[in-house]
Amino acid sequence: MLSRVANSVYWLNRYIERAENVARFVDVNLHLILDLPDQSMAQWEPLVVVTGDLALFQEKYGSPTQEQVIQFLTFDDHYPNSIVSCLYTARENARSVREIISSEMWQEVNSFYWLVQRAAEHSQEVDLNQFFQEVKLASHRFAGVMDATMSHNEAWHFGQMGRLLERADKTTRIVDVKYYVLLPSVQDVGTTLDEIQWIALLKSASAYEMYRKRGRHLITPRQVAEFLILDREFPRSVQFCLRQMQHSLYRITGTEWNHWNMGVERSLGRLCADLEYMTIDEMIQQGLHEFLDHLQQEFNRLDDAIFKTFFAVNLDPVRHGVS
Amino acid sequence: MNFSDYDPEDFYDEWFVRQGEPRPEVAVLVERINQLPPGELQQRQQAAQAVLMQMGVTFQVYSDSAQKERIWPFDVIPRVVTAQEWHFLERGLKQRIQALNLFLQDIYHDQKIIKDGIIPAEVIHSSAGYLPACQGLDPPGGVWCHITGSDLVRDRQGNWWVLEDNLRVPSGVSYVLENRRVMKNTFPKVFRMLDICPTDDYPGHLLETLLNLAPPYLDHPCVVVLTPGVYNSAYFEHSFLAQQMGVELVEGRDLIVVDGYVQMRTTRGLKRVDVIYRRVDDVFLDPQVFNPHSLLGIPGIMEVYRAGRVALANAPGTGVADDKVVYAYVPEMIRYYLDAEPLLQNVPTYLCWRAADREYVLKHLDELVVKSAHEAGGYGMLMGQSATPAERESFAAKIQQFPRNFIAQPTLSLSRVPTIVGDHFEGRHVDLRPYILHAQEIYVHPGGLTRVALQKGSLVVNSSQGGGSKDTWVLAG
Repeated sequence: MLSRVANSVYWLNRYIERAENVARFVDVNLHLILDLPDQSMAQWEPLVVVTGDLALFQEKYGSPTQEQVIQFLTFDDHYPNSIVSCLYTARENARSVREIISSEMWQEVNSFYWLVQRAAEHSQEVDLNQFFQEVKLASHRFAGVMDATMSHNEAWHFGQMGRLLERADKTTRIVDVKYYVLLPSVQDVGTTLDEIQWIALLKSASAYEMYRKRGRHLITPRQVAEFLILDREFPRSVQFCLRQMQHSLYRITGTEWNHWNMGVERSLGRLCADLEYMTIDEMIQQGLHEFLDHLQQEFNRLDDAIFKTFFAVNLDPVRHGVS
Repeated sequence: MNFSDYDPEDFYDEWFVRQGEPRPEVAVLVERINQLPPGELQQRQQAAQAVLMQMGVTFQVYSDSAQKERIWPFDVIPRVVTAQEWHFLERGLKQRIQALNLFLQDIYHDQKIIKDGIIPAEVIHSSAGYLPACQGLDPPGGVWCHITGSDLVRDRQGNWWVLEDNLRVPSGVSYVLENRRVMKNTFPKVFRMLDICPTDDYPGHLLETLLNLAPPYLDHPCVVVLTPGVYNSAYFEHSFLAQQMGVELVEGRDLIVVDGYVQMRTTRGLKRVDVIYRRVDDVFLDPQVFNPHSLLGIPGIMEVYRAGRVALANAPGTGVADDKVVYAYVPEMIRYYLDAEPLLQNVPTYLCWRAADREYVLKHLDELVVKSAHEAGGYGMLMGQSATPAERESFAAKIQQFPRNFIAQPTLSLSRVPTIVGDHFEGRHVDLRPYILHAQEIYVHPGGLTRVALQKGSLVVNSSQGGGSKDTWVLAG
């Protein structure tokens, strides 16, 4: 398939997933605040910190308030990772590959885009809880429609890679939110408030019920982090995302399982193996935040390797008719 | 909402002979619409527009503040063409395309039509669409204009006229297919009552036309659609046609000339391309041969084309026949190449480079339509009747300065079709653009794009100038 097209399908999925995760971030914080004994303890800066765009925010808004952070992350069309911008970019990518994706997918992206646009136009009157719920649902609808209406061909696997990489990255950031929220109030560790915050965190990754079902009765930071990073069955855990991504990568390259031919296969394989054999205690020992930061850097390197291997100009001729 | 008050006035109305008397082919439709409960038709109209919005059948309107997307306004009252009328149009269009194709082959080879004194050499050489770089080219099968979209209109008496031929990159066919899809959902019962020619098979015919251009020894020729990109106003159509034909949609940057072939960059390296349905204008195709600043084209593609290693549809150079001065000679071409009288008439055309014509045009500016020879899409046009004296003066000056660039035609009272305006029907002027495919045989797709001037009294149907569209029903039989 065309490199440009593969690139667009990849980013279409990344941006849809990104919009969903931004909605999750903001939503969890809105819920956390409701449980706080004192509203003045509400913290919005951590949200901007974990996006990695604090400098951009400060330049435009100064110190963070609830309204400003929500505006920035949700409706600011000059901020490239706001929900509004994500949908704009996703739709432009979809538009450029309309003949590759199914009509149903295009319609979903299109409706999703208009949902967000309408909200942005009336941002003052929007019921935010409901809006974030709708964003999450629209993203799920898109993924479901893609799964059920598009052939699971090369383009589909590029889309999967984009979605899974984005999801893995954002899950590390969701875990990181808690790290930042915790910082100023170390004395709260182990209190009811702390447990409520961890529950909120699980909920923001739609992980609360599945976590309970794993037979873990206690909500401890260690086990929540373990669940979100290392669980093999939960579809938003980092380990799960990378494993699935590896599957799609090997379907694209056609390389035999457990072998590697190109750098990108090796990088991803090594990352998977790391997570496979590491324990949560080892991660906590080297500092959970530092470890998450390290993962995010690995994800960036992976994205770069995918770009260089499949999307960048490639002048090696292949014989006609060989697919 | 019903037709009891509908007044066709002093125009050829496609639905009514006179007030209260529908044409026989639409009588059943009139009856059915009259029976709809109040508000029902408007509701269906809104539902149809909502579907088009959801499908993203939109175009961009760039205003100074924000860019907005709109659907091309769609009116659910169809235009109906009887089998007999269609049969006549089909024969007329086939004849016309055959002659135009022979003209192109001749003009880029021996130029017999010039030597025999039918068309003056300076008309051809001064045409912006004439590309000397195409001299001596031999497109597969001698076919130059594979896809044509001629614009037809009817006058007050109901006579058909050809307004222009559009042999370069005619657009609009995607609306024909999408409008029909929406109409089937809007009036499912009517489709069962009437025998309406389907439109769904256009992409299949188009693909066949393109495959016909590939060398016969290739088992699986690689066909692509070449688009200028997502910001082109017809991008939706490019993407739609590629999807419907199941071929790749490529941009110039996806293609590269390597080892004497046009190849596309894929995730597995380069892959050879055999046939290109290009929706990029001639002069942007190859920066090495034409416009050196073009970023839309593929450097070196013309050399590959000349060597017969890639086919292009339409062939480069067809624009010469789109020149409105050359258009005026099409009836002569039909007589010259086919030794036959034209079945479809040209609108009488004054060529401003002829002194006598120019004098007449300047004297009668207030009753003529003046068109720029090279523009399309309703740009560079003066509607003499409705123009202000200042506009007429400015055009008069331009005509005197560049007479070759202007032609003039009498103002035709285009035929009308009832159109929903608020809570009632009003007649609105329409034209018709059928699509003609030239493979080994010439095929005219039944129907075509009916464009409608939505402004009361307006004769300009272009989407950029407040036009909309309607479905076109050709009755079988």
